[in-house]
Amino acid sequence: MVIQRLVRPLLAVLVVVVATASLYVAAPAPAAPVTLGPVTDEWGVVRIPRGQPIIIAYWLVVAGPNASLGTDSRRGIELAIADKKTVAGHPVRLIGEDSGCNAEGGQTAARRIAANRQVVAAVGSSCSSEAIPGAPILCQVGIVTISPSNTAPALTDPERGPQYACYARTAHNDKVQGRAAALFAYHRLGVRRAATIHDGSPYAEQLANVFADVFRRLGGTVTAQEAIQTGQSDYRPALTRIATGRPQLIYYPIFIAEGGLITRQAKEVSGLERTILMSADGTFAPDFLRAAGEAAKGMYWTSPDLSPEVLGPRYQQFVQRYQQRYGEKPTAAFHAHAYDAAMMIFAAIEKVARKDAQGNTYIGRKALRDAIFATRNFQGLTGTLTCNPYGDCADPKIAVYQAISADPAQWNPGVDPKKVWSAPRAAP
Amino acid sequence: MVAQASRGWTGRLTFVDAFLWAFRLVVIAVAVWGTVGTIRTGRYSLEQWLDFLAFGFAQGGIYALIALGYTMVYGILRMINFAHGEVFMSGAFTAYFVAAPLHTAGVFHRHPLAGVLLVTLVGALVSMTVAVLVERVAYRPLRQAPRLVPLITAIGASFFLQYTFRGLYGAGVRSYPDIPALRGELFLGPFAILKTQAVALVGAVLMMSILYTIVMRTKIGKAMRAVAEDKEVAALMGIDIDRVILFTFALGGFMAGVAGVLYALVVKQVHFFMGFVPGIKAFTAAVLGGIGNIPGAMLGGLFLGVIESVGPALFLDGLGIPAPYQLADAIAFTMLVMVLIFRPQGLLGERLAAKRA
Repeated sequence: MVIQRLVRPLLAVLVVVVATASLYVAAPAPAAPVTLGPVTDEWGVVRIPRGQPIIIAYWLVVAGPNASLGTDSRRGIELAIADKKTVAGHPVRLIGEDSGCNAEGGQTAARRIAANRQVVAAVGSSCSSEAIPGAPILCQVGIVTISPSNTAPALTDPERGPQYACYARTAHNDKVQGRAAALFAYHRLGVRRAATIHDGSPYAEQLANVFADVFRRLGGTVTAQEAIQTGQSDYRPALTRIATGRPQLIYYPIFIAEGGLITRQAKEVSGLERTILMSADGTFAPDFLRAAGEAAKGMYWTSPDLSPEVLGPRYQQFVQRYQQRYGEKPTAAFHAHAYDAAMMIFAAIEKVARKDAQGNTYIGRKALRDAIFATRNFQGLTGTLTCNPYGDCADPKIAVYQAISADPAQWNPGVDPKKVWSAPRAAP
Repeated sequence: MVAQASRGWTGRLTFVDAFLWAFRLVVIAVAVWGTVGTIRTGRYSLEQWLDFLAFGFAQGGIYALIALGYTMVYGILRMINFAHGEVFMSGAFTAYFVAAPLHTAGVFHRHPLAGVLLVTLVGALVSMTVAVLVERVAYRPLRQAPRLVPLITAIGASFFLQYTFRGLYGAGVRSYPDIPALRGELFLGPFAILKTQAVALVGAVLMMSILYTIVMRTKIGKAMRAVAEDKEVAALMGIDIDRVILFTFALGGFMAGVAGVLYALVVKQVHFFMGFVPGIKAFTAAVLGGIGNIPGAMLGGLFLGVIESVGPALFLDGLGIPAPYQLADAIAFTMLVMVLIFRPQGLLGERLAAKRA
């Protein structure tokens, strides 16, 4: 058989590929300081010739079922570039890669960005699953990256390891969001029995776990912590299993396609007809209403609080410009976080950039990373941002929203979906 | 004589045989252990078990419809058409753009049957065209090539179609309209099944019988069987092979289009990547049932649907696995391995297949 003859050469090729890949991954970060022009830096130096643009890369999900999430963030970066115009005397050019909202996509996107030695800094990723393999690839070559929407607690955990040293985020940590969801369910809705669903992604699993932990600590019962597989079309068997625990509420912090199916199918499973549905920021988008249809009416979300009374007039003007430029309302919840991430990068570049006599600019990579992590009281659209040593820079404000009309054309966070509760500010 | 036979038996028992037997016993033991455990906990009521079965049959009906296309092309050409999942997607996605305006115009309220038939027809015709084009452009020039070549081409065609449709219709998820006449459940004795799923199941059975009749009772069907048996000899007998193969693809594409619309009516979501997972599942179903065998594809699809729905609760709950539905695919593919170990030719496959392959 042809296959049998092919096995040996294929295996040999596989071994070579794996060996090369592991060498690549295991290679230590450049330790010997590099000197270029007036700058010496442990992680390397980027030289930007006079008049040339500074290159910023995004790695966000801009295609596929979750495209609305990454596109929204990319627009935030574009608006920041439009506002800033020049950084250290150079124009800014944005390049980018789709990261697919999965580990493989994040890895590929990070590889391609890491291969471009002119990239000064990156904004991304969109989904936590992308950042787990992707961020170490960028750290390897010393490119600092700020995520506007990764929320999985592990990414900025004190024990996250040195391979994540270049990674920060302007999105909230899900320790805050999960706690807010549990508090709302327990105190405001009076729920005592709840179930959670995750899809195996780091974002969903960690957020569902935080919710379950806090809910238990408050005195509630978690009847099931179910997991589903993405890409399937019938989740009724899993929902039937959840129904055996008779939960009053299901918290499913997952993504649009599966979230839409679960929202529809929960109504079709006996025993769950009156169960309260609550999802999270990953599905807080008009695209989700397109996927879920009428079944979304009355459901809840936890999501960043974007209402004017909390974020102030600056954010409202920003949304107006967003609408003028793109002809639609923001498609997800993280455009302002992306704007802040880009602005933080620009501020840090201006702090560390050095010029030579010819007017060329030099940026030290480690110096840039340190300047970003040293951000204190930065006045962003999402609040006052201060980074901790592990890269959490957010000023987290979580609100609970409820769908009124479930009509994607009516999407107007704060009004419909209506903001029904804001989480008390407290340390996570 | 008895001694001789037993010596012969042990003589033939190779390491691989022993390993396979051990594997079978282990899997069966785990399955029995889990089942007993689940039943002893009494977590699920009888109605819930019946619900699991109903969900499984409905999902299996969709798998079966797609599997028919795989199995037919394999039966005639001995080739696995991996682009079939995308043919399925193309019909369902395109039909959305007919279904949405019909819905806003209120056609589904006044003439639900005519509306659904129209949408199905559009989906089926688009899928048929795509299938025929793929055959003409990607497969026909390679018909004399070694068998791995069209397989790789099929994967290429599959990507090409996915990204063409992404370019055409965008990357977002679209929501199919809810058809009022198909809302709610149908009660068949103890079974409660959604009306959309009942339509899908009936559609699958209907399409399978039509297909079977075409292959077994008509002149073109006879020609198809002749080409499947031996292409060269069939050509010598005056059969236009190109025409027969084109017809096969057209028929398979038509059915994939019908399956796509039925699937969209059940799931209510379409996007450019929707064909991938059902395609893989349907291929599994076709292999389960015995690839190349039309009733086998039907049986394989239903079997796979039921196993996916019932399996995690039945086998894994009793083993104390906390979130069994994450392992639905693991159960389904373990079952595929088991069936192939016990019956390498699939549930209904003929042994002849090996000789012809």
